[in-house]
Amino acid sequence: MGPFVPELISDQLNLVVALVLGIAFGAVLEQAGFSSSRRLAGVFYGYDFTVLRVFFTATITAMSGVLLLGYFGLLDTEAIFVNPTWLVPAIVGGIVMGIGFVLGGYCPGTSVCAAAIGKIDAMFFIGGGILGVFAFGELFSLYGSFYDSTSLGSIKVFDSLGLSQGLFAFLLIAIAVGAFAVTTLIEKRVNRISAPSLEFKSWKHVAAGSGIFALGILFIILPDRKTHLINKVSDPKYVASHSVAVMDADELAFRIVDREPNIRIIDLRSPDLFASHSLPGAENIAVRDLFGKDWVPTFSRRHVKKVLVGNDEAQERTAYLLLQELGYENLAVLQGGSDTFDKTILSAGPFIPTGSRWDGDVKAFREKAREDILKLIAENKNKGAKEPKKAKKVQGGC
Amino acid sequence: MNTKYMNPYLAGFLLGLVLLATIFITGRGLGASGAIKSIVVATVDGVASKHAEDSHFYGAYVGPGKDNPMKSWLVFEIVGVLIGGFISGLASDRMRFVTEKGSRIQPKLRWLFAAIGGALFGIGAQFARGCTSGAALSGMAVLSTAGFITMVAIFGTGYAVAYFARRLWI
Repeated sequence: MGPFVPELISDQLNLVVALVLGIAFGAVLEQAGFSSSRRLAGVFYGYDFTVLRVFFTATITAMSGVLLLGYFGLLDTEAIFVNPTWLVPAIVGGIVMGIGFVLGGYCPGTSVCAAAIGKIDAMFFIGGGILGVFAFGELFSLYGSFYDSTSLGSIKVFDSLGLSQGLFAFLLIAIAVGAFAVTTLIEKRVNRISAPSLEFKSWKHVAAGSGIFALGILFIILPDRKTHLINKVSDPKYVASHSVAVMDADELAFRIVDREPNIRIIDLRSPDLFASHSLPGAENIAVRDLFGKDWVPTFSRRHVKKVLVGNDEAQERTAYLLLQELGYENLAVLQGGSDTFDKTILSAGPFIPTGSRWDGDVKAFREKAREDILKLIAENKNKGAKEPKKAKKVQGGC
Repeated sequence: MNTKYMNPYLAGFLLGLVLLATIFITGRGLGASGAIKSIVVATVDGVASKHAEDSHFYGAYVGPGKDNPMKSWLVFEIVGVLIGGFISGLASDRMRFVTEKGSRIQPKLRWLFAAIGGALFGIGAQFARGCTSGAALSGMAVLSTAGFITMVAIFGTGYAVAYFARRLWI
């Protein structure tokens, strides 16, 4: 599951990856004509809409790819870098850059690409850019507090607009297709010729436009994978028709007392409950977080039995079926949930005889197990309960 | 323009794939202005390291225990952009020293405005935490609010002021 940084690709190797991706980036920019300031500036005067076409197509391609890879579980979309928003600085910065774009005719990426093939104006642009950043850095104390103001974190645009992710993706695609059509008409009028950058026959345009439009509709229909899977395994009918492996409190107690190395206790309860009391060695993971790639190492070891402990057995069963959907094996739910374990083993309540001839042994075992497990829990507490693991985020941004 | 450029939709699709590959492999997007910042930070640090460490702005990137600012992902990526652009220019026979400008101005004026534009981009990209590549394009691909705001602000302003700068281009 992507991304491969930092687990599979080290920081050093990542720099090589950067170089290779940069070469591809530069080559595509140059082939697109972004090494020409007159072409780039054309988008503002209506004689050449290359920038808009390339920019919008690239955005839609990458966005659709991220959504689809996330949907099929190939990319952990929680782990990728989402540019955080500083609302007012982003607007002010954008305005300053907009003026810079019209005066300079490049943006930083395209200027480097243009300088590579000898554009002298691009070299001046880069020089200006270096001076601009230097001036910004030297005068930083003047606007340092503004720079850090209106920080809203890594918010997503569809949440900001109150739309679903799928609907927003569809609208963006619809806007792009509309913009492609309208700008083609503008370009033809301004240049009084058929636009030079149009090489598709018009039926091909219609086909391509309809194709990505269909993709947009698909995004509305497809719920995101998380919601889809959680809905699926939360359906009582689905739960009733799928059997799960159950472990009772005595067996779990025995394995804990036995210091069995090949079990892992996964505590699904809220962090507060987890902090107040938890079983020795348990890890706290919310059901929604089971998708993340951070937990892949925990769940993918087949010889380790993963015992799910929740508020009740229903929550455990949901998590069990979800993990099974995600392809993990060797799981078990704790019979009756965490409360049953507490009542049966941990609290010194009265023993309820079952009439079995082993009652005496069971009672003796539970007393011994209680003592031992309570001791383990206390030791754990003294060591300082494990902090719930935070998902590692990739660093990014300019 | 001797050799034809690529169909813009195809180019956009390929650019999108490069960005998607970047996000898929590294978990982050593409960028450009960050590399310029690294150059500035490294230069200031080289000339006056005390000054750099004391500064709120440079101080985040230099000092004991921090890697050389030039050893950053974006610096390597932007070196790649130089190489990639160069290869593409060679392949399509577009390698020549020229200044692109509108027909009504002299090269010197074009150079001046290119430098002013670059400086504004350098400043704006600091406030917005990225430029057209790092903030707008990469941000929009991961549906970041900042990406869309920055994109609308850049292009909206561009259209608003284009009229006043028309002598430079048409």
